[in-house]
Amino acid sequence: MQTSDYRPLDVKSIRQDFPIFAEDPPLAFLDSAASTQTPRPVVEAMDAYYDTYRSNIHRGIYRISEEATEQYEIARQKVAKLINSPRTSQIVFTRNTTESINLVAYSWGSVNIKQGDEIVLTVLEHHSNLVPWQLLAQRTGATLKFLEITDKGLLDFTQLQNVLSEKTKLVAITHVSNVLGTINPIQSIIDAAHAVNATVLVDAAQSVPHFHVDVRQLDCDFLAFSGHKMCGPTGVGVLYGKMELLEEMPPFLGGGSMIRSVERDISTYADVPAKFEAGTPSIAEAIGLGRAVDYITQAGLASIHVHEQELVKYAHQRLEEIEGITIYGPEPHQKAGVISFNLEGIHPHDVAGILDTYNIAIRAGHHCAQPLMKKFDVIATARASFYLYNTIDDVERLCDALQKAQTLMTRRNK
Amino acid sequence: MNIYQEELLDHYENPSNYGTLPNPDISHEEDNPLCGDKIRMDLMVDDGTIKEVRFSGHGCTISQAAASMLTEKIEGKSLEEIKNLSRDDIMDMIGIPLGPVRVKCALLALKVLKAGAYGIKGWPGEEE
Repeated sequence: MQTSDYRPLDVKSIRQDFPIFAEDPPLAFLDSAASTQTPRPVVEAMDAYYDTYRSNIHRGIYRISEEATEQYEIARQKVAKLINSPRTSQIVFTRNTTESINLVAYSWGSVNIKQGDEIVLTVLEHHSNLVPWQLLAQRTGATLKFLEITDKGLLDFTQLQNVLSEKTKLVAITHVSNVLGTINPIQSIIDAAHAVNATVLVDAAQSVPHFHVDVRQLDCDFLAFSGHKMCGPTGVGVLYGKMELLEEMPPFLGGGSMIRSVERDISTYADVPAKFEAGTPSIAEAIGLGRAVDYITQAGLASIHVHEQELVKYAHQRLEEIEGITIYGPEPHQKAGVISFNLEGIHPHDVAGILDTYNIAIRAGHHCAQPLMKKFDVIATARASFYLYNTIDDVERLCDALQKAQTLMTRRNK
Repeated sequence: MNIYQEELLDHYENPSNYGTLPNPDISHEEDNPLCGDKIRMDLMVDDGTIKEVRFSGHGCTISQAAASMLTEKIEGKSLEEIKNLSRDDIMDMIGIPLGPVRVKCALLALKVLKAGAYGIKGWPGEEE
């Protein structure tokens, strides 16, 4: 993680870009790991498209279509720069992380995974980086292997050499756990995977929005993330891939835009990335994502990371004072701005329901990570997650409301 | 309106008819995979009328309180009347507005009851 662009976040002025925080007392929004809020500049960039140059991209021979095409491609350049992609054309716009991973599972997987091959995952994976590989394994006869975690929610490295072998064709791993916040040492895993000639896909949905991720430095083969978790709109996501892989892969969806020429029985395909962008894409959303990249870059990813570290450290300290709380996952310095917990004797849905009455939004449930829930032997957890607009006051309100929830509920234990 | 009201919390704290029956005529258990709430309903039925009912399980306040309230409502009623219980009846019984996620918590007990008594699948209000 670079710290060169570090300067303290001006959270007060950042919050003024988010009309949702304008009420008094404001919404304490602690669910950014699910989806973030959208700042005005991002909405305005999308409005500008709809109000002044709305048109389809690529083949229009008129001014506003040329402008739409240009803005769409500028957004791609911004994303490429954000993750230090060698070439802009290595950025494929998808709908979200899930679609990016499915694209790889269907396209790359269909020609590279065969019976007897092994796909290595971890028990930390979100369903979006698990179910596509289960489906691929069912189609091909490949086997899934899992890297386990320790009781503290860290990957168990002592097992790495046991799960990796010459049979391993793919390692698909999350950079940051959406449930525990664990920041995985993916550089070591990528290096170990490459040592057995396995391809590596990184689910970066919870990392790219929060700190510097450099695909050249990591040398990962694929990387996937979503616009809506980084101040961008819903409906646009990103797949980065190494050029030689993207070029060799067959198309995913067929249709307009992804072709070079079409005969009755056969077509030839466009170059990367158009080959993977069939049909009219989410144009406004891609433009919005480009603006979101500007927004978080201007705030400074190093600054965002430090700010979230401060919040999560303070949250740990305050939450640990609450009697009957169980906090899942590693210590604050080993994780991102996510904290999962349970209050003894209170169902997490009730915790979230009571907090909602104090205008505090947290998530409760299995967080699309049921194997991880089983590992910790819980049905669900409550989860608070932070982003650049959260404040110490949000944490205070969270802790106060949790204590009120406890007072309300614990006299009632059956 | 706040969903964490005294009446619901009382049912959660001191549920009516909590437990199991030794030789129930009807016994059925289901869970809500979304949140893991689980409810089992045991019934003793005589001549088409519910003589005794117990529920057991675990979950959030809404699911457990709704189950407790439902057992009070159905004791002494005929199975036919249970078949006619609707989503709206449960919402009236709860008496407070619920969002779409929590509605399922409230409906779980009735779903279990209808599945046990009649094999009706699906959530009340959306049965086949």
